[in-house]
Amino acid sequence: MKNAPNYLTEDNSLRSWLFTTDHKRVAILYFVGITLFFFVGGAAATLIRLELIEPQGHLVTSDTYNRLFTMHGIIMVWFFLIPSIPSTLGNFVVPLMIGARDLAFPRLNLTSWYLFMVGGATTLYAIFRGGIDTGWTFYTPFSTMYSNSHVVLAITGVFIAGFSSILTGLNFIVTIHRLRAPGLTWYRLPLFLWSLYATSVILVLATPVLAMTLLLVGLDRVFGIGIFDPARGGDPLLFQHLFWFYSHPAVYIMILPGMGVVSELVACYSRKEVFGYKFVAWSAVAIAGIGFFVWGHHMFVSGQSPFAALVFSFMSFVVAVPSAIKVFNWTATMHKGRIRYDAPMLYALAFIGLFTIGGLTGLFLACLAYDVYVTDTYFVVAHFHYIMVGGMVTAYFGGLHYWWPKITGRLYPEYWARAAAILIFFGFNMTFFPQFILGVLGMPRRYHIYPPEFQIWHVMSSTGASILAVAYALPLFYLGWSLFFGQRASANPWHTTGLEWQTPSPPPKHNFETTPVVKRKPYDFTIKGKPRAQNA
Amino acid sequence: MHKMPDAQPAFQFVDMRQQHDVARLGMWVFLATEVLFFGGLILSYSAYRTGYPTGFAEAARHTKIVIGTANTAILLTSSFLVAWAVTVARLRDSRFAALLLWTAALLGVVFLVLKGVEYSAEFNEHLLPGFGFAFSGPHIHAAHLFFSFYLVATGLHAVHVAVGIVVLVVIGLRAHQRAYSDLYHSPITVAGLYWHFVDLVWIFLFALIYLPGRGG
Amino acid sequence: MTRTRRPPRVLLLSWLALLALLATTVTIAYIPLGVANTVIAIIIAAVKGAIVAAIFMELRERNPLTVTFAGAGFFWLGIMLWLALADYVTRPNFPPVMKWGL
Repeated sequence: MKNAPNYLTEDNSLRSWLFTTDHKRVAILYFVGITLFFFVGGAAATLIRLELIEPQGHLVTSDTYNRLFTMHGIIMVWFFLIPSIPSTLGNFVVPLMIGARDLAFPRLNLTSWYLFMVGGATTLYAIFRGGIDTGWTFYTPFSTMYSNSHVVLAITGVFIAGFSSILTGLNFIVTIHRLRAPGLTWYRLPLFLWSLYATSVILVLATPVLAMTLLLVGLDRVFGIGIFDPARGGDPLLFQHLFWFYSHPAVYIMILPGMGVVSELVACYSRKEVFGYKFVAWSAVAIAGIGFFVWGHHMFVSGQSPFAALVFSFMSFVVAVPSAIKVFNWTATMHKGRIRYDAPMLYALAFIGLFTIGGLTGLFLACLAYDVYVTDTYFVVAHFHYIMVGGMVTAYFGGLHYWWPKITGRLYPEYWARAAAILIFFGFNMTFFPQFILGVLGMPRRYHIYPPEFQIWHVMSSTGASILAVAYALPLFYLGWSLFFGQRASANPWHTTGLEWQTPSPPPKHNFETTPVVKRKPYDFTIKGKPRAQNA
Repeated sequence: MHKMPDAQPAFQFVDMRQQHDVARLGMWVFLATEVLFFGGLILSYSAYRTGYPTGFAEAARHTKIVIGTANTAILLTSSFLVAWAVTVARLRDSRFAALLLWTAALLGVVFLVLKGVEYSAEFNEHLLPGFGFAFSGPHIHAAHLFFSFYLVATGLHAVHVAVGIVVLVVIGLRAHQRAYSDLYHSPITVAGLYWHFVDLVWIFLFALIYLPGRGG
Repeated sequence: MTRTRRPPRVLLLSWLALLALLATTVTIAYIPLGVANTVIAIIIAAVKGAIVAAIFMELRERNPLTVTFAGAGFFWLGIMLWLALADYVTRPNFPPVMKWGL
């Protein structure tokens, strides 16, 4: 019924939006927030790439350059990547996928958004007041004793946003355990939920350590306590242990949701159930678990003991295995599938390829001897951008397009979407592949003045970045257009499985008229061309 | 005076039992985050104690074990009262539950007062880093690190106690107003879990701060 | 309003046990036992903690999921301590000897 009220039309006052506890509306609030921060972080990236076109660095001073890459890192990591899929797509889709009417704690959900925005505003204010020059990693004793920038303000912003993360993770864990529809056993859950569950475990267990770490840095700056100061008996490496204990699992917070999205996309657009469902499901859990044992690989040359370095190196090789299992299983899923190359599928394919490159270069870095050579060079920068941008951001766009009809009730324009996906892929590789070469040639990261023989690679990278910028702007236009002029979507425009497609697009306020009862496994395409819904 | 609530679950739950179960589970997840939060401090302490075993023992001898022990006994007793209040709430004896919760909160206040006395003494002895720290003898590095840990850990713990006191007072007030029943008392359970956790943290802090080096 | 209210026996006994353990741990602390002092103090703290968790926090009555959640924080803390201390215990020059300075 076209005119039945849905969660968007139910009540359109500003008050109803700002005080909403509806997970779908909170998801949209988050979407607005992270898009804003994506552009702020992107602006910093633009300035960085402009600066790096010339070897002598004429655009900005070294001090400003330090503040630019710090700002880029802080905003992108904590205010875009970490919340992106969980707080937007996750918030929207999780209750729908499990047949629930909302998350377990709707008011905590809204609180988490406010915390996110307050944290973001605080950080933006720190940037507005002149920024911070320590790098997003806040290494001591520079951050605690010598930096003259707005360290305390910036870490306060991140500290507040951390609580937002924790609340989201807490909500998802309890919801997935306790609010599943009747018949929805763990092995009938879509893989997106297994990934989000694993992500939530990391959110809940790792983020508090970041909170403590930042608190100690703040106390050190404000009261001069000095627990990381060597002259007072402290160990700067203790900061690094504490920081990376969170920040390494944090990268899995960032990538696991993307992997979950890719599982959904590959199944839908190959019209086949995911190969080795249980392996893919448990590999998410394995990544989350093993990911807590590898943080020292960020500290190979910092001065930790060789024994510890050895253990961390070994575990870093081990953690690659479950990721590889996923890549193999996605590929096997596509084999003999009936593949449709719609935009979400293009993003999924891009993810698989780019994540594999990023992941393999991670193995290079896990190797102690090789890491000594390329650590703190552009090799590392390229590695993590392949995973974060080539992987995570790509998956985010794929999921956004896939669930767009469900969220907005409109179809996006397919040809524009495919064009944007292809342009993104092209721009991305042109930006970041030269950076692997730069790294191996010896270009250090966080430097803006470099020998002239590196210029050709930097120019290539910056050219790619300008293409990428245009490519990322495109969805803003055609998705925005679709909100007003896009074709209206049916409940299940992709003819796929999953409970979220068994309710109208957009869904009514409480998601389902009656609680669905699940009878089938997920991704049941056994009858050719006819998906069988989980509750049919 | 509030009338007895209808004991209807919130719309996302099937029944009151599920709502209570979910509330409890949520609090346990939150407490797990608190373990990791204090855990960062425990790592710092452990790392430095590994490096400065004698120094830490020497520094720990300067802590005030009488106040520390008294405070531990106070928190253990307040925890006992809160646990009692939870069982009482199930028996529909709301007003007595309120009395127990308020007494526990009062003990929490006593804890904080004693802590204040302790900090004040230590401030005068120049034992608080960042507030004119000075320590005679060769173990100044170790003492500085030990008392940094002491200050941050007990300070953070005190903040948690203060929050807990407010929570106990408010929940106690609602219990006094008969807002809870045998069907609906998850706020008391959940507040109780938080207070017990605060007690648990103190049990470990006590062992790490006040007991080392006493054997001379 | 004059009926006597008695605490449940288990709670009362637990409270007394906790106070007894407190007295024990303080007493033992004054007996010089070297490294054993630390070990014993931690063990007694763990026992007190277990009583608070199992009886006051009612973990002994809860389902395995809740117990797992309760234990997860400590288990993960254990991972952090184990691996980080592996560095500190095996580092050749920790702590560095430095002149005190601010």
